[in-house]
Amino acid sequence: MPVRAVVRRSYYRDSMVLMRVAEALRALPGVREAAALMGTPANHELLASAGLGTAESKDATPGDLVVAVLAETDSAAAAALAEVERVLTEQRPGVAVAGRALPRTLDAALRQMPDANLAAISVPGAYATFEAQRALRRGLHVFLFSDNVSLDDEIALKRLAIERGLLCMGPDCGTAYVNGVGLGFANVVPRGRVGCVAASGTGLQAVVSRLAALGEGVSHGIGVGGRDLSAEVGGVMTEVALDALAADPTTEAILVISKPPAPDVVPRLEAAIGRIAKPVVVCCLGARPVGAGARQWVATLDDAAELVVATLRGGSWSPSLFSDLVDVRTRLTRARGTAPRGTILGLYTGGTLAHEAGLVLEPLVGAAAFRVVDLGDDEFTRGRPHPMIDPEARAARVRHAGASADVGVLLLDLVLGRAVHPDPATPLAAAIYDARRTAAAQGRPLVAVASVVGTDGDPQNLRRQITTLEAAGVEVLPSNAQAARFVALLTKPELEPSLFGS
Amino acid sequence: MTSLASVLGQPPRIVNLGLEVFAAELEAAGATVIHVDWRPPAGGAAVAALLARLDDAS
Repeated sequence: MPVRAVVRRSYYRDSMVLMRVAEALRALPGVREAAALMGTPANHELLASAGLGTAESKDATPGDLVVAVLAETDSAAAAALAEVERVLTEQRPGVAVAGRALPRTLDAALRQMPDANLAAISVPGAYATFEAQRALRRGLHVFLFSDNVSLDDEIALKRLAIERGLLCMGPDCGTAYVNGVGLGFANVVPRGRVGCVAASGTGLQAVVSRLAALGEGVSHGIGVGGRDLSAEVGGVMTEVALDALAADPTTEAILVISKPPAPDVVPRLEAAIGRIAKPVVVCCLGARPVGAGARQWVATLDDAAELVVATLRGGSWSPSLFSDLVDVRTRLTRARGTAPRGTILGLYTGGTLAHEAGLVLEPLVGAAAFRVVDLGDDEFTRGRPHPMIDPEARAARVRHAGASADVGVLLLDLVLGRAVHPDPATPLAAAIYDARRTAAAQGRPLVAVASVVGTDGDPQNLRRQITTLEAAGVEVLPSNAQAARFVALLTKPELEPSLFGS
Repeated sequence: MTSLASVLGQPPRIVNLGLEVFAAELEAAGATVIHVDWRPPAGGAAVAALLARLDDAS
């Protein structure tokens, strides 16, 4: 089949726009595969490995755009490439202000908005340090979504921010809320009285979504990036964020969310929390306090949201394993009718959710009975958008699991919010449907269990996303921890007395 | 210079560099945002690193 390409010299579009361009080209008649990428060395390798390398594109530079198509016929390829200009225009999100040129640099933007106080930076990692440093030097707080920033650069940026009394949220900060404004992948949640400090994007999303379901809102959600509590960074931005929320009059209680901190950082974190007069709830997945434990440390994201709500409302709280036992029994009966065999395979888009699932599963079923993959990890996102934006990589793995004789149960997350895929349930449901059909043809049952992080206000429509998954036969549980416990029960019925408390 | 109190005490006024979709979503949510039509500097990351060292605007 013919492969054809065009190169637009000195033409830059971001990776999300280009992903949509490629999607739109793939949908054209006779097109089997399409790519739209900047001409970096890594992208040339990607094009070659996808069979999309051409003589036309081989000398494209990192500043040039390459659009390549694999089509059934020469005429289909030519027709697709003739559409490139239209597609490039259509797939932009529409931020251009009519009649006014967009600024090309931070400084030019500051001339148009001299009272700007925050820079949201999501440029490729190789340029992110430079832009973040410049923003901090101009007195702007920074939300740094970009990843692939070195640890040394992260330390230097945070030091600069602290010297200047500024927040450096990130690098690799997926989500934040500043005074009611959601940055990055943000669920639509009400303003409220809970302040969050999060070294975890999807952890923050899960907690604020649960808070919203419980009728509470968020004052601020300060993301600090996944490495802030590492030994090297030392939790410096977490401390700044805690102090800021302690002083903030709209914040009545504080939640701290992260994967396990480095052991040396835990005492510092505890000391910082100990200085705060407001209630503080801590969910550092897999970690326990080393101090007196006077503050409240909990094991799951669910527990964190529920405990802070109970604390604010003056009620008592104890952790519950399932929010609706009757519903769980009904689902168990239904799913066990298919008698799942084999291991549990977790395919996650949220890193913290993947980590939490492993922590819940291991003591229940043992490490040999499950495998959890975080598809948002660097090794899976090199050269392509995050799976919360681009669902195709996970869909392919779900389909592959359908043909894998050792997989009996799929455990999945689905994360909604602004800037994530507009309808992530549909491609996931389609892949699950295919996987179950493949497994059934081989005489194997395949059970799929999921949880959805989202709110009624999210653009994807939470209810419709759940319905779409359920229509594909997916058991949708109210939270990630409950979904993990459910698959444990499914594969080890002898756990019932301990998990049902009877 | 802004301060922590200033950004937590009032709606942020945002300069967006990078993914256009973030600026579009911020606009849709009613936030004040200006999008920079950012592109890599000619010469790539090495030149960006050099510019970072030369940027003495503090």
